[in-house]
Amino acid sequence: MDFSLTDEQQMLQDTTERLLRETYPFDVREAARQTDAGFSTTLWQQLGELGLTAVPFDEPWGGFSGQGLEVHLVMKALGRSLSLEPYLQSVVMAGGLISAAGSPEQQDQWLPKIASASTVLTVAALEPHSHYDPHAIETLAERTPSGWCLQGRKSVVVAGHCADAIILNAMTDAGPALFIVPTDSRGLTRRSYPTVDGRKGCDLFLDGVSLPASALLGTPGDGQPVLDYQLGRGIAGLCAEAVGAMEVATELTLDYLKTRRQFGVPIGKFQVLQHRMVDMCSELEQARSMALLAASVADSPASETRQQALHAAKVVVGRAGQMIAEQAIQLHGGIGMTWEYSLSHYAKRLVMINHELGDDDYHLDRYAALM
Amino acid sequence: MDLNYNDNERAFRDQVRQFLKDRLPADIAEKVRGGRRLTRQDHDTWRQRLVDQGWYASHWPTAWGGTEWTPIQKHIFDEECNAHGAPRVIPFGVNMVAPVILRFGNDAQKQYYLPKILSGEHWWCQGYSEPGAGSDLAALKTRADRDGDHYIVNGQKTWTTLGHYANMIFCLVRTGRDGKPQEGISFLLIDMNSPGVTVRPIITLDGEHEVNEVFFDNVRVPVENRVGEENQGWTYAKYLLTYERTGLAGIGASKAALTHLKALASRRISQGRPLLDDPVFRRRIADVEINLRAAEISNLRIIAAASNGGIPGAESSMLKVRGTEIRQTITDLLRRALGPYALPFPEEELALDYGGDYLSDRYAAALTPQYFNMRKLSIFGGSNEIQKNIVAKMILGL
Repeated sequence: MDFSLTDEQQMLQDTTERLLRETYPFDVREAARQTDAGFSTTLWQQLGELGLTAVPFDEPWGGFSGQGLEVHLVMKALGRSLSLEPYLQSVVMAGGLISAAGSPEQQDQWLPKIASASTVLTVAALEPHSHYDPHAIETLAERTPSGWCLQGRKSVVVAGHCADAIILNAMTDAGPALFIVPTDSRGLTRRSYPTVDGRKGCDLFLDGVSLPASALLGTPGDGQPVLDYQLGRGIAGLCAEAVGAMEVATELTLDYLKTRRQFGVPIGKFQVLQHRMVDMCSELEQARSMALLAASVADSPASETRQQALHAAKVVVGRAGQMIAEQAIQLHGGIGMTWEYSLSHYAKRLVMINHELGDDDYHLDRYAALM
Repeated sequence: MDLNYNDNERAFRDQVRQFLKDRLPADIAEKVRGGRRLTRQDHDTWRQRLVDQGWYASHWPTAWGGTEWTPIQKHIFDEECNAHGAPRVIPFGVNMVAPVILRFGNDAQKQYYLPKILSGEHWWCQGYSEPGAGSDLAALKTRADRDGDHYIVNGQKTWTTLGHYANMIFCLVRTGRDGKPQEGISFLLIDMNSPGVTVRPIITLDGEHEVNEVFFDNVRVPVENRVGEENQGWTYAKYLLTYERTGLAGIGASKAALTHLKALASRRISQGRPLLDDPVFRRRIADVEINLRAAEISNLRIIAAASNGGIPGAESSMLKVRGTEIRQTITDLLRRALGPYALPFPEEELALDYGGDYLSDRYAAALTPQYFNMRKLSIFGGSNEIQKNIVAKMILGL
């Protein structure tokens, strides 16, 4: 067993952190949030130029076949900077789906663009009645002489508002299947909105969307295990992002305890606050451990063991994120409630991460079912 | 002992229900239920209807237009108002500064200020916290220096709730520099329209403008605007805080929020059934409901046992901690019930005249912002950590 990073991994982490530190301070993030895209197209381009959006892809697409830990390092750095950019959606999940199940033509069409950050793709797995279960789908895909016709609705598609194409699951006569749906398809409408944590997304309304046969990703009936596997990689990435955000929230809080003075002393001198701070750090350590476990299984072959590890990680990280978010605000007092101070935005992101790709209740339930 | 309402109390409850049915404007109730923004006018309308009924000043003696309700009647009124979607009574005038004026003010102050609170001519806000004086309130630095029959006030107050609506502010100011920090504080009533008063908004994490900073730059305040003795303000300030804390348990608000939670969970679908029938989520709701029941009875017991006019002392700190924890748990569950739909913020759905389709649920849009907004409950009115210090010291003698 070895927890150390290789020189290459260390360099990857340093490169990502340096880029974000130098070009993406909080005020740049805030300005990017208010644009139509809702993220910094400049940073997105830089992530492409430095090869960071290519990390998980194979050499033909400009990458170096980075595995779970490499994605973890990039995502953690993005989490530390409260990144708005759709790395998880486009690179990790949509890119992962096309790498795993795409035809040579689909890979040629999409992977160079995804890996160079010259497009945004995202994944739509949930529907109004599915809660967090990506298996509970009502969207239908019917065969037509020229391909497929889609009818249904997809929920809370983060980055869907600006994506060039969206990969979604729909039910066919042979079972669940995946489709790559260009967002300019006739019959597809998007209702876009900001999210509470400062990003953007949309709901998708599919009203008789006609797609050519080539839109099918993989084989009808095999869509679900392929999707499950890639959502698992997404969970690992999201856990890493959460750890990055938790690190900053605890650092800001610790710093505040040492500098804020009340009753003539720094408030960190009060034992009740000391213990609370220790609890936060201990939650963070638990989350770090589980995010690393998730990273270590993210790209291993599908198995119940892998699946359980991912459920377990999301439970621990989801709970830790909310605890740290709430206590970071509490220990700051009123100042932690203000829009002006970055801490509140870390808190919002941390609580919202628990609502993406399944919350702690959902994953605890799934974990228990596999026990 | 009887834990049920008696005939008189039931009759009072029916009377309150009838009043709310007749007089609470439907659009205001719908805003409250949907977590939508209330305007100053909405608050004013509701204040006037309560005043017309003689029910606005529940803590005041009848001679000044109060109700002299029993603690149980106050509890019934609070519960019914919350259940029907009535706006909370903005407490700074009627329930905070008024009890101080009634107890420590002179006759001229009572005659001048109390009617203006009822009529709405004065909208009060609270000038307690400062950037360097939060939990350590006695560290406040805003100074009032005597100049003939005026004080000259300089300094800054913060977290001033609805200060942008107010035209009066009651302030703790430093008038003495000798002895303990608590000893040099006075309680001043300041006209917000005085030259030198500036109000600046603070935007909170949910994007709302509710609190403010208030700056004082050589503001001249007549000495007659001081309540009680110079340098004795700390006593009055603490008296006011017990009133503040009593209201902060928020039992009625939590009961209304719990009803809202159950209704929402019955509409949300998970695994082919209402989320309310999901065993895990159902237990979470049951858990908070039980805790709320216990807090409600504790609240009534402690209020009933209090001797001085129904206002308990340090016990109210315990109620504040429990009550706010329960309320925060309910807002957590409301957010959780939305599942993935906790993320979107379709602000347009908060408009009262919104005619489009709701993204998920007609009440969804406000729930995640409210969860974040309600983090304030364990911070304001004395943080829950400070409340526990009070209990440890005052009740347990530790």
